[in-house]
Amino acid sequence: MLDATLTPPRLPAAPGVGYKAQHFNALRDDPGPVKWLEVHAENYMGDGGRPHAQLRALREGFDISVHGVGLSIGGAGPLDPDHLNRLKHLVDWLEPQSFSEHLAWSTHGAEFLDDLLPLPYTTDTLTCVADHIDEVQSTLGRRMLLENPSSYLAFDESTWSETDFLAELVRRTGCGLLLDVNNVFISATNLGYTPEGYIDAYPTDAVGEIHVGGHDEDTDETGAPLLIDSHGRATAEPVWTLLHHALSAVGPAPVLVEWDNDVPDWPDLRAEAERAGAALALLAG
Amino acid sequence: MSVSQPAFRAALLDPAMPAPNGLSDGRGAPAQNRFDVYRNNVTVALVDALRTAFPILRRLVGDNTFDQLALIHARAHPPRSPLMMHYGQDMPTFLEGFEPLAHIGYLRDVARLELGLRRAYHAADAAPMDPQVLAACPPETLTASTLHLCPPVMCIPSAWPLFDIWRFNTEPGAPKPQAVAQSVLITRPAFDPLPHALTLAQGAWMAAIAQGGTVGAAQDAATTQDPDFDLTPLLTLLLWQGAIAGLTTPKD
Repeated sequence: MLDATLTPPRLPAAPGVGYKAQHFNALRDDPGPVKWLEVHAENYMGDGGRPHAQLRALREGFDISVHGVGLSIGGAGPLDPDHLNRLKHLVDWLEPQSFSEHLAWSTHGAEFLDDLLPLPYTTDTLTCVADHIDEVQSTLGRRMLLENPSSYLAFDESTWSETDFLAELVRRTGCGLLLDVNNVFISATNLGYTPEGYIDAYPTDAVGEIHVGGHDEDTDETGAPLLIDSHGRATAEPVWTLLHHALSAVGPAPVLVEWDNDVPDWPDLRAEAERAGAALALLAG
Repeated sequence: MSVSQPAFRAALLDPAMPAPNGLSDGRGAPAQNRFDVYRNNVTVALVDALRTAFPILRRLVGDNTFDQLALIHARAHPPRSPLMMHYGQDMPTFLEGFEPLAHIGYLRDVARLELGLRRAYHAADAAPMDPQVLAACPPETLTASTLHLCPPVMCIPSAWPLFDIWRFNTEPGAPKPQAVAQSVLITRPAFDPLPHALTLAQGAWMAAIAQGGTVGAAQDAATTQDPDFDLTPLLTLLLWQGAIAGLTTPKD
């Protein structure tokens, strides 16, 4: 369990965007409502060069959230000590306002599969994930946020609902949560439950950040809708509606717009950030 | 029925295998299409990473051939680290054994060059040494000294016109490669790695220095390749590019 006194400064309850190098100049000249940036930890684990120089420049103007995609917290095996040390090195020099990772696995032995893979929700996997979160938080000396996955399938062996699983992880480890409402909408559509019901059952007190982003629409072999978490387009209307529902439950929170593929020109991404800002303003008003 | 991560992983990278038992669509129906989303995500991510890593190789073999090659490579050699910036280390060796392209010998060296450029891009920052220190060093001291290259600096040896191949595929209007062996020196004056053509003798000098040999030993290695080897143009290039971090004299 984490020592609460180690909790670092928080991100502002304002819009943020996922940082893309092509927006470096635009962010300096015309950030619009954007107050903070999310960077993927692994992109800054080289030894130096332009990525580090850009990050040093960005932290002068923005709060920074470091978002890991390679720690494999849901992995059945032990965390990779080398990777955890690289993460600690990054967090130590950058001093970001937040660190978050995923409820997912991505490594198998020494192999890295470069995707966020699903895990069953059982008492055994709960213990394993909680141990990993404890290890991350004690190594980094700070609280981390854990993000709910976008799911395409369910495990027959699961005995916990995802929301209860997350709530129990919060209770055992003291971690916070990153509520990705696009992922909620995707998983709910794909697995046949209501996204509002998920958020109503979710431990909203632990939320330290919210994500929105775009998804693609497909169907499976039975003709049932199958949404894909692509981050390759604007956030869909029902996800904006769900954001309002989430914000009413969570209260003011940092809201990130994710757009990682087919990255748009800055004005289009800024417009998405403005929409996130409007959702926050509506809550305040 | 429980689904182990090894079973999940095995089916991810082998398209001939069905989805593991014990997965459903959340309503009790089988999840083959849904499993295929993960399978597709993994292969698309890895092939994309290889496209990003090897743009010149891709140009040389064509998009379709490259994508087939990348898919075979990705399934046979998944990344061994979450640092995707370095993914593709096995590509030169893989190309050697890849029958359809084995007759194009220079592809391996192109892959080595592209890996080198990425490694240089992410290498540590280091201040170059003051050229005056080198100028003030007596020749006999310099001969017995070792030079420390800045972290991004490396030399890719090749028996092919590697620099010209790189230039022909990146610069509009560049001359066609001629049949000459060129090693490639990579420097990084600011943030963008820059390749330079080296002769065989210059390449031998760089290799000796990179291995920690003295300037005298590097001179010997170079004159073995070319009895008339003159260090001046290479040393000028290295200093101009800020490629030397410092030197250790015998007194140090």
